[in-house]
Amino acid sequence: MRLLSDSIGRKVVMAITGLLMVLFVVGHLLGNLSIFAGPNGINAYAEKLHGLPQVVWATRVVMLTAVALHIVLSIRLTLENRAAKPTAYAVDRRLRVTFAGKNMIWTGLLLGGFIAFHLLHFTVRSVPGLDIVQGLDGHGRFDVFSMVVAAFGHVVTAVVYVVAMAALFLHLSHGIQSTFQSLGLNNAKTMPGFLKFGSVLSVIFLLGYGSIPVAIFFGLIAK
Amino acid sequence: MILDGKAPTGKIQDSWDDHRFASLKLVNPANKRKYKVLVVGTGLAGASAAATLAELGYQVEAFCYQDSPRRAHSIAAQGGINAAKAYPNDGDSIYRLFYDTIKGGDFRAREADVWRLAQVSNNIIDQCVAQGVPFARDYAGYLDNRSFGGAQVSRTFYARGQTGQQLLLGAYSALSRQIGLGTVKMFPRTEMLDLVVVDGEAKAITVRDLVTGEVRTHVGDAVVLATGGYVNVFYLSTNAMGCSVTAIWKAHKKGAYLANPCYTQIHPTCIPQAGDYQSKLTLMSESLRNDGRIWVPKKKEDCGKAPGDIPEADRDYYLERKYPSYGNLAPRDIASRAAKEQCDEGRGVGPGGRGVYLDFSASIERLGEGTIRERYGNLFEMYERITDENAYKRPMRIYPAPHYSMGGLWVDYNLQSNIPGLFVLGEANFSVHGANRLGASALMQGLADGYFVIPYTIANYLAQTKPGKVTADDPECRKSIADVQAERKQLLGINGKKTVSEFMREVGVLMWNNVGMARSQQSLTDTLQKLPGIREEFWQNVKVSGSGDELNQQLENAGRTADFIEFAELLCRDALHREESCGGHFRVEHQYPDGEAMRDDANFTYSAAWQWKGTGQTPELHKEPLKFDNVHLAVRSYK
Amino acid sequence: MSATEHGTMNLKLIVWRQSGPDKPGRFETYDAKNITPHHSFLEMLDVVNEDLIKAGKDPIAFDHDCREGICGACSAVVNGVPHGGQERTTLCQLHMRKFKDGDAIYLEPWRARAFPILRDLIVDRTALDRLVQAAGFVSCHTGGVADGNAILIGKPEADYAMDAAECIGCGACVAACPNGAAMLFAGAKVAQLAELPQGQVEAPQRVAAMVKAMSDNDFGNCTNHYECEGACPKGVKVKFIARLNREFTKALFQETLGTISTNRGTSKE
Repeated sequence: MRLLSDSIGRKVVMAITGLLMVLFVVGHLLGNLSIFAGPNGINAYAEKLHGLPQVVWATRVVMLTAVALHIVLSIRLTLENRAAKPTAYAVDRRLRVTFAGKNMIWTGLLLGGFIAFHLLHFTVRSVPGLDIVQGLDGHGRFDVFSMVVAAFGHVVTAVVYVVAMAALFLHLSHGIQSTFQSLGLNNAKTMPGFLKFGSVLSVIFLLGYGSIPVAIFFGLIAK
Repeated sequence: MILDGKAPTGKIQDSWDDHRFASLKLVNPANKRKYKVLVVGTGLAGASAAATLAELGYQVEAFCYQDSPRRAHSIAAQGGINAAKAYPNDGDSIYRLFYDTIKGGDFRAREADVWRLAQVSNNIIDQCVAQGVPFARDYAGYLDNRSFGGAQVSRTFYARGQTGQQLLLGAYSALSRQIGLGTVKMFPRTEMLDLVVVDGEAKAITVRDLVTGEVRTHVGDAVVLATGGYVNVFYLSTNAMGCSVTAIWKAHKKGAYLANPCYTQIHPTCIPQAGDYQSKLTLMSESLRNDGRIWVPKKKEDCGKAPGDIPEADRDYYLERKYPSYGNLAPRDIASRAAKEQCDEGRGVGPGGRGVYLDFSASIERLGEGTIRERYGNLFEMYERITDENAYKRPMRIYPAPHYSMGGLWVDYNLQSNIPGLFVLGEANFSVHGANRLGASALMQGLADGYFVIPYTIANYLAQTKPGKVTADDPECRKSIADVQAERKQLLGINGKKTVSEFMREVGVLMWNNVGMARSQQSLTDTLQKLPGIREEFWQNVKVSGSGDELNQQLENAGRTADFIEFAELLCRDALHREESCGGHFRVEHQYPDGEAMRDDANFTYSAAWQWKGTGQTPELHKEPLKFDNVHLAVRSYK
Repeated sequence: MSATEHGTMNLKLIVWRQSGPDKPGRFETYDAKNITPHHSFLEMLDVVNEDLIKAGKDPIAFDHDCREGICGACSAVVNGVPHGGQERTTLCQLHMRKFKDGDAIYLEPWRARAFPILRDLIVDRTALDRLVQAAGFVSCHTGGVADGNAILIGKPEADYAMDAAECIGCGACVAACPNGAAMLFAGAKVAQLAELPQGQVEAPQRVAAMVKAMSDNDFGNCTNHYECEGACPKGVKVKFIARLNREFTKALFQETLGTISTNRGTSKE
C-alpha cells in the first residue's frame, strides 16, 4: 500500500494538506481581523508574530509543502479523472454535483495563483508595477495597517482580493466537508454535521476575509 | 424402459453418508487438476458448483449468457431459504423438512434425494454465513427465522426481501475468488447452443460468443448444466427475459431424458398484466396474504366500478368462502386456480378482467397503516412504481403467474443424466420438488446441489474416465459447430414477416390459456394440434435482422424461441399422458367434487422421462417408479 | 386513476447507435408511438424495436434481464442521468407515466473508460467483476465452516452489512461519476465484509487489493461529489465510501507500523 500513489492514499494526502491549510486560514483570519482594531491592533499583532521567527518559518515550511503537495496531487488526479471519463453525456444534468465541486481544480488553481501574488504583495512586498506603502508607525513597528489600507484603496487590488475570497469560499464549501469524507470520518450521523460545518466555515471565511478589502475600499477603515 | 434412479437403499437416515463412503469413488488430489469440468449457468447451483469444483483442484470453465455471473435469475428470489436448523426450538428436524418437502411435492419426488437435501440444508446456512451473507439477525445476534407456506415450523432464513440476491452474491464471491486465482475460466455473454456427445458420453459444449458471434466448442471431461427453468414457455412469467429452455433442450435432443415437464408452478400473488405490450410479470412476496383479503365483485357489472364503491355485501371473498380454515392462506396452486376461475366467470377486475383484489383495508383498520407499512412497505412501493396505484388507499390487484418449473432433465441420485458425464443441477433438473415446490426450497436445492452434492458425485464419474479423452478436433465437435452455424444461418436467412416476439407471444398465450393453471384433454389436444403449425410457420416466416458475426439480440431470441416452440409440444404431451392432478399439474378431469386435485397413485407414482425421437416424432416415455418407504402417500387437504 | 390512464403518447428518442466496440457512434432519432403510461421504459423500447425490425432496420441493442429491478443488467443514461433519475428505481422499473406526450428523450450508454461500449446502449462491465475477483470475498472453503450461530452478529451490524449488500452491480455509480470512479461499488463491498466478523480477518488485504484493482481497471478517483449516491437505484449511501477510505487509512497505518501485511504471501513484521 502506498500513500502517494494509491488512489485513496492520495485522497488522504489531499485531505490532510487541505485541513492544514484550513487551519492556517483560520489563524490567518483571526490575525487579519485585528485590522478592525486600527493600526494598533494589526501592527502589534504583526510585530508579536515576527518576534517568533521559529514559529513563522516552521509554519511557512509546512504550509508551502502542503500547498505544493495539494497542487501537484490535484493536477494528477484531475488528469487521471478526465482520462477515466473521456466522453461527456449529451445532456448535462446533475443530481448532486455542485458548481463548487465541479470547479475545484479551477478555484484551486486560482487560489494557488492568488497565494503567490499575496505573498509577493504583503510578505515579500515586491510586485512589479504595484506601489506598496512601506514604513514604520508611531511606535516604530512596521506599519502593516497603512500598507493594507493603501493597497485596498485601489479598486483593482480590492477586486482581486474579493474575487480570490470568493474562490476560497467555493473551494472550501466543497473542500472542508470533503476532507472528512476522504479521511473516512463520515457516517450517516456525522455527515450532515460535517456538510453544515463546511458550509458555515466557508461563509465565515468569505465574510471575514472579504470584509477587509470591502471595508477599506468603502472607507470604513481609514487612517 | 424402466429407469433406475440408483438411489441408495437401506436406512434413509444413513443413505447419503453410506453412499458417499461406499459407492462414490474419489479422485486423488494430484489427478484432479488433469480433469476439466464445464459448468453452464452461474446461478446458485452453477456458481456454487464451479467455485467448489475449482477449489477442489479441477480445471473449471464456467459459462453464462449474462454479462456477469452475478446476474443469474436466482438473484430475484425474495422470500428465503429453508434449513432444518431448528433454531427456534419449534419441533423442526431433518426428518420434518424431508417429510414436508415430499408432501409439498405431492409425493412425486425420489425419497433419498429429498432426504439428502434436508440433510445438507444446515451446511448451506453455515456456508453462507461464513461467506458474509448478511442474513437477518435478532437483537441478541442470532440468526432470525420466519415461517413460510407448506410448513408448520419457522425454518426460513432470509436477508431482507433479497435472499436470492444475497445467496447468489455469496456464491458469486466464491466463484470470483476462484476466477481471480485462475482456477476458473469465466465466459460471460456466452450461450450454450449444443451438447457434444462422444461415444455416448458428454464431453463438450458448443457455444456462441454473444459479442463477437463466434461459434466454438469447449471440450472437457464432464459437463454440468445449471441453466434454470423453462416457464418462459408461457411468454409472460416472473422469469428473467433471458431464461430459456435452450441448454437443456439441446441436451435433450442429444439424448438426455427430460422428466416431468408438465410440473410447472404458478405463483398466486403477481402484479397483473396491464396490456399486450407487457414483457414480463412481477412477483410479490406471498407473505402479503397474511394481512390481505382476496375478493372479487359478486356481480359482473360491478367489475368496472372503483372498488370503494362496491358495498361489502356485493363482494365475494371466495377463498374465505371456499376454504374456511385456510382462507386467504390456501396453498399456491389452490389460490391460483381459484383466481383464474373467478376471472373466467367474468368477475375479474382491472385491464382485461384478469385480476382479483387483495385488500388491506381491514388490516389497516385493525393494525394501523404504520404496521402494514412496516411489514410490507417495500412491496407496496414496488406495486406503486409499476401500477401507479396506492395500495394503502385502494386494494391491490393480483393475478397468478408462472414462476418455477419442477420438471427438467432427468438425473439419477448422483445428479447424472442418462448420458454419462452430463450432470444437471438446480431448477434445470427434475429431482427434489416432485410436482410442486414449497416456498424457500429453490434456493436450498440450488446451493445443496452445487456446494455439497456435485463435488462428491462428479468425482465418481471422473475417477472412472481418462482425462482429455476428447479433443476439439473430434469429428463430433466439428459437426456440432457446423450444425449450430447452420441453424444460425437458417434463422438469419428466412427474412419473413413476423418478428421473434410475435411468435413467442403466440406460443406463450396459447400455452398459458390451454396448458397454464388448468389443463384438460381437450385443451391439450388442441394445443398439440396447433404447435406444429406454429413451428413450421416459424421456420418459414420469422424475421431476424442483422448478421451472426456481431452482438445480435434478435438472433439470440430467435434460437430460444425455436427451442421453446419444440419444447412446448413435449410439455403438452407429458401433461396429456399424466391422467391425474398433482401439485402444479391440474387436469380438470381429475378433481374431487370440491375442486381439489385428485392424484392417481395406483397408475402414476412414477417420474416420466421422455426421450427425443426427432422433430415432429412422438417422444418415447421411460418411467422411473417412485417408492415411498418412509412417508405414507396421503391426500393433501387444506379445508 | 390519472388523467392519462387511457391516453397514449408519442415521443422522440435520440439514441446512441454504435455497431461495435471500436466503431464510430452517432445519435439517431426515432419515434416512439402509442406509448401508454403503463409501459415500462424498456417495454417502450421493445415497441420501438419491433417497429425498427419490421422496417428492416437494426433494433436498438440494450442490456436487460430480470425487468424487476434486481439483476442489475439494465443500463442506459436517460437525459443525462443513469436509470433516468427516479429515486431508487432501475431503468426497467421506470414507467412512461413519468414522461409527457411530445417529450424528447436522449438515450446513451454508460460512459466511462472502464466500460467500453459493445453495441448501442450495451457496455462491457466486466471491470466490476474484476474488482470482486481481486478481493471482494471471504476466502472461506466450501465445507468445514462454523455453525451459523457460532459467531453472533448484532442486528445493527447485520443491517448495516445488508444496506451495503443491496448493490446490484449495475454500474450506475460509475456512469454517474464525473470521474468514472467505482468507489461506491467497491465501498459497498468493502464495508459489507469489514462490518461482519467473517470478513474482518482479511479486511486490510481486501481493501488494499480492491483499491489497487480500481486503478488497474481504469476507474477514476473519487472527488466526493456524491453523484453516485444520487444515481444508485438501490439507495447505497456514500457513507460506505467513507468506510472504504477509513479501512484503507487504517490498513495503511497498520502496515506502516509493521503490525500487518497487506501483501498476501508475506508475514507481518
